[in-house]
Amino acid sequence: MADTSPDFTPVTLITGFLGSGKTTLLQRLLLDPALYDSAVLLNEFGEIGLDHHLLERIDEKMVMLQSGCVCCSIRGELSAAIKDLHSRRERGLLPPFRRLVIESTGLADPFPILSTVRSDPVLRHHFSLGNVITTVDAVNGARQLAAQPESIKQVAVADRLVLTKTDLTTAEAATRLTKRLRHINPSAPLWHAAEDNLDADALLSGEDHEAWQPPDSNDVVPDKHHRHADDIRTLALSIDEPVDWTRFGVWLTMLLNRHGAALLRVKGILHVADAATPVAVHAVQHLVHTPRHLEGWPDADRRSRLVFIARGLDPAVIERSFRAFSMPQKTKLSVRGGV
Amino acid sequence: MCALCGVLGGAEHWTDAVARPGVFTRNTDAASRRRERISQVAAANRVLKHYRVSLADWQGTAFVLSSATGKTEIVDNLGHLWTAAERLTGKPCDPLDAELITAMERELG
Repeated sequence: MADTSPDFTPVTLITGFLGSGKTTLLQRLLLDPALYDSAVLLNEFGEIGLDHHLLERIDEKMVMLQSGCVCCSIRGELSAAIKDLHSRRERGLLPPFRRLVIESTGLADPFPILSTVRSDPVLRHHFSLGNVITTVDAVNGARQLAAQPESIKQVAVADRLVLTKTDLTTAEAATRLTKRLRHINPSAPLWHAAEDNLDADALLSGEDHEAWQPPDSNDVVPDKHHRHADDIRTLALSIDEPVDWTRFGVWLTMLLNRHGAALLRVKGILHVADAATPVAVHAVQHLVHTPRHLEGWPDADRRSRLVFIARGLDPAVIERSFRAFSMPQKTKLSVRGGV
Repeated sequence: MCALCGVLGGAEHWTDAVARPGVFTRNTDAASRRRERISQVAAANRVLKHYRVSLADWQGTAFVLSSATGKTEIVDNLGHLWTAAERLTGKPCDPLDAELITAMERELG
């Protein structure tokens, strides 16, 4: 029904390092009629909030969280602000919004924000995790990735990547940075904000798993497991045989219990034995999203595909462990690319 | 809460999510739920035996983890299982441990 809120309101997180164009992106998206029924929550680090003025859309569905970073000092405020929006919507004091967009500070670690939405005893019954959109500045992005661990994490957990300011740098620099982003996060669709027509639906759609893209073999280096200076390593597996869902669950819970902090991202679609359609799995550190049934396979390939983005873990060992724990019998695995 | 034993219902875990549109779960009806719990216990015990502890279903709502010496702990779901197993055994339960992987590979044949 068009006049009521959905059972679970998707929460979209826009993140990205300081000055990477988060507010500009949000401003651009809010002009799209598809975003008309969205509530917006801004978090700014500093005494004087400016972003809400820059957005030029001040209304009762816009909330400003100031004087602290949402990922650490004001997590309680984040939870309270979302609950307040929900409460006012339920009481009819706000127009029924169908999506909540959070713009975090450039310094924020995305994980605690996602964790708040997923774990809060009230929020988790009314809100679901939508996409994480990460903006990366084409001019300063390479330097930020080299120097700021938060920026790597922001890229690693992204469902959508938006490369901004590509008109202010050379094509070679943008290509180099794109390759770097692909190494950290091989599966998230990537837009160039300056050139591409940003499709608000595709960026913000709650059906993010539908758009799961396998790593493009042109974008990953041919080495099976190549190590970055920052120790971020990616493993992309394709598995021919159907996966035993129960064994996979036992293995992933065990892996996340011991190595959740190092596993920045696990994402994939599984061909589960006895399931008619593929199952999307999606984890950010210790946080696992509810597994989703996809309506169908994205292409003719019926193999399970899993991407692991980890810090300081050996991809070859993860692969061996996955096979030993999750497969019903000896099966053929192929590695499509790794960083 | 169970009126007889006073146990609070735990939070939903992704391995047995509540059935709703779009969600993949085997927690759909009584028979599937029961079948999946038996499978979960078997799959967990395949790993836990290497730590000399075992898991059993408890009333279809929780699990009981037991050591060979009789120490027991109730765990709500697979997410809580591994911290409880580590407490009970005093050892890290690491799926990336080379010896454990080798032992699991041997079983696969």
